[in-house]
Amino acid sequence: MMIRTLIAVVAAVLFGCLSAQAQIDSSLLKTPEKKDTIPHSLNMDAIYNRPFLQLGKTPVSIGGYMESNWQYVKTSGITVGNQFQFRRFSLFVASTITKHIKFLSEIEYENDPTGDPGDAGGGSFEVEYAALDIEFHPLINLRGGMIVNPIGAFNQNHDGPKWEFTDRPIAMTQMLPDTWSNTGFGLYGKEYKNHWMFGYEFYLTGGFNDSIIDNTQGKTFLPAAKSSVNRFTESASGEPLYTGKLSVRHDKIGELGLSYMGGVYNTWQIEGAQVDYKRRLSVYDVDFNTTLPTHTNIITEWAWIFVHLPPNYTQEYSSRQFGGFIDVVQPVYRGRILDWNNASINLAVRGEYVDWNVGTFSSTGTRMYNDLWSIMPAISFRPTPQTVLRFNYRHERARDITGDFIGATIGTTAGFSLGLSTYF
Amino acid sequence: MRHKSILATSAIVVGIVAFTACSKLLPSMIDPSEGLCGPVSMSSAQTILFSAGNNEFFRVRSSSSGLGPYFVASGCGNCHSSDNRGHPFTILTRFGQSDTTGNKFLAEGAPQLGTFCLPGYTPEAVPPGATSTQFIAPITAGVGFLEAVPDSEILNMAAANLNNPDGVRGHPNYDTIPSWATPLNGAIPRGDGKYIHRFGRKADVYNLLEQTVNAYSRDMGITSTYLPNNPSNYLDPTPSVTPSVPEVDNTTLNSTVFYVTCLQTPVQRNPNDPTVLAGNQVFVQIGCETCHKQTLTTGYSPIAALANQTFNPFTDLLVHDMGPGLDDHYTEGTAQTSEWRTTPLWGLGLAPNVQGGNTYLLHDGRAHSIEQAIELHGGEAAVSEGRFEKLSTTDRNALLTFLKSL
Repeated sequence: MMIRTLIAVVAAVLFGCLSAQAQIDSSLLKTPEKKDTIPHSLNMDAIYNRPFLQLGKTPVSIGGYMESNWQYVKTSGITVGNQFQFRRFSLFVASTITKHIKFLSEIEYENDPTGDPGDAGGGSFEVEYAALDIEFHPLINLRGGMIVNPIGAFNQNHDGPKWEFTDRPIAMTQMLPDTWSNTGFGLYGKEYKNHWMFGYEFYLTGGFNDSIIDNTQGKTFLPAAKSSVNRFTESASGEPLYTGKLSVRHDKIGELGLSYMGGVYNTWQIEGAQVDYKRRLSVYDVDFNTTLPTHTNIITEWAWIFVHLPPNYTQEYSSRQFGGFIDVVQPVYRGRILDWNNASINLAVRGEYVDWNVGTFSSTGTRMYNDLWSIMPAISFRPTPQTVLRFNYRHERARDITGDFIGATIGTTAGFSLGLSTYF
Repeated sequence: MRHKSILATSAIVVGIVAFTACSKLLPSMIDPSEGLCGPVSMSSAQTILFSAGNNEFFRVRSSSSGLGPYFVASGCGNCHSSDNRGHPFTILTRFGQSDTTGNKFLAEGAPQLGTFCLPGYTPEAVPPGATSTQFIAPITAGVGFLEAVPDSEILNMAAANLNNPDGVRGHPNYDTIPSWATPLNGAIPRGDGKYIHRFGRKADVYNLLEQTVNAYSRDMGITSTYLPNNPSNYLDPTPSVTPSVPEVDNTTLNSTVFYVTCLQTPVQRNPNDPTVLAGNQVFVQIGCETCHKQTLTTGYSPIAALANQTFNPFTDLLVHDMGPGLDDHYTEGTAQTSEWRTTPLWGLGLAPNVQGGNTYLLHDGRAHSIEQAIELHGGEAAVSEGRFEKLSTTDRNALLTFLKSL
């Protein structure tokens, strides 16, 4: 009954505003005609491509965003009822120290049980990003501090108000670590000519640890490493994690990103004595986004993970994972709605797939399952590009490693969510 | 203007459809005939305890929460997906006992091999000279009903075998109960103080508490107050470290025992289908029912829903000589190496759900179909197996349809 009432309310609100014209979040589209879009920007620019408020004549700018939502979800017919969730509150502080030297930090309260089950126990305040940028040349910039590893587009461009969905993509938040940041240093740069743009990033940072194959998820789970705060001061393996990304963009075609992250993840020596051999992980990621002439925005990202496992280790933990998502967002109205001159209504749908255990059982030679797919239609209302009210329906189907899809935590999950998110 | 009207009408139609279809957009409860789920009828307090046990049963352990160093799986649910039977990827290896005089390889880590080990530990191996076999985890649902069957009923089933013309000679597996276990309600000890055991492939586990404690220790390397030492590996010179505090406390362990005790029995699909009914008749006619007893009755149980209940497990809880083909030269308790406890057939048709669409039957999954499992029956089951071979195609198909309905 609760759901039907809310659906009716949402439908009335959204469909009552029919004098509007359509638009979509311009920072995702990056279409040059949007007045709040920074021309010639890439996903790598997202960290600075946010609305900031200048504090008088000081060199300091501040900003942030928040996300909150209601959801009603059932898995195999079982529900915990109506849930009201305050998932994120993020505060940015940026400063231009002097010409060609700038600093940005992001402090975030996060409590998103859908984003990273490892954090389901409660919210946390964390410094997610705090880095200094020194520009020597547009193609040579030094960045150092606590940085977000540029593995894939979502990790770089994850702010809630930019998306038409209350939940973040499963593969990009649970298979890849959500907003994965580490202490480290590196170079980045970009160059553009006519409609073409090229960007690169390369960083050396701290990395993962043994928890990625020894955790309470019972599967290879890269986000498990986030629970170690020591990663900001020491690397479990004593070796750097390499992260690199190449991006190319044509204003009329779209942006393609290819990224890699890899290195030794385990503690292989203690007090100088070798206690294990070095085990590596490698992550490959491809992302693409474009805007069709119909103003249809398509965003997709897929990642492959390869983890070197110890001998005699349970196949619950996989050496290979694969997953990604595709979003299709269609603006249907853009213009004046009520008293908002630049409002929009969008229809969207997200398709997702994650295979946590790619490969076959050594005991039988048959396929390991442990996968899920999800489809999520959505409708969103943006009174301004920086604020979104979004209504989603998710239909998800998951199997465990044996292929079983009948159970309290596997099988079919479906539900509704109504969320709001805004920059401020 | 016309465009807006069309859009408005479409939007309203979509809203109305969503409004009316809401209940269809959310998944309904699992039909018990589709899978194994849910508890028996219980009080609110029992439901809370069952829920805690459910959470523990499907909890995944890591090294920081006690897993290992040697283990088979990181949680109960990994071997018993949906409370069902296991998959060969979590098959376990037992070794070291070749007769009824006991296991001679306890110092080498017997009776169970730690199939896997945590990083940095030496992999375990079956010691030279030790016989071994492999077990796939059995179905969990309904085991509380099996525990509540009084010894008198088991003894009556054994007595009925004495003059069986097919040569069926099933008998209980008597053994000594652990010092920390208390006799079940209605237990009838033998003169030497040993009790009828009923769980496990060799019927060498006394009750669900012992089964659970063993599973924590041998399958996951989780210590308890009952078994406080981690399993050792004779190949690793480093002595196994015994944690000062049990890795599962008694409250949690008891909730797990309560959870498995109160699981509902598997539900037969299409029990009134004519082919299923015909197959049931064939099942009885060729003698399968002599060991795979269709109906048992529980005695007293402190859990009301388990007390004095008639149920259909398709087992007699006795051990039977299954012939040389199934003799792995390994045993437990006082069973012979060729003797196996009659496996309950309930949930048989649901096996492919948790075995990747395939079938891995018998104790080690060697049978890849129900027909093959029947054909591997020997010893006391040889006569019935011979009758199965002579069935007409119609009767054989009816029998298989019946078995898949369980």
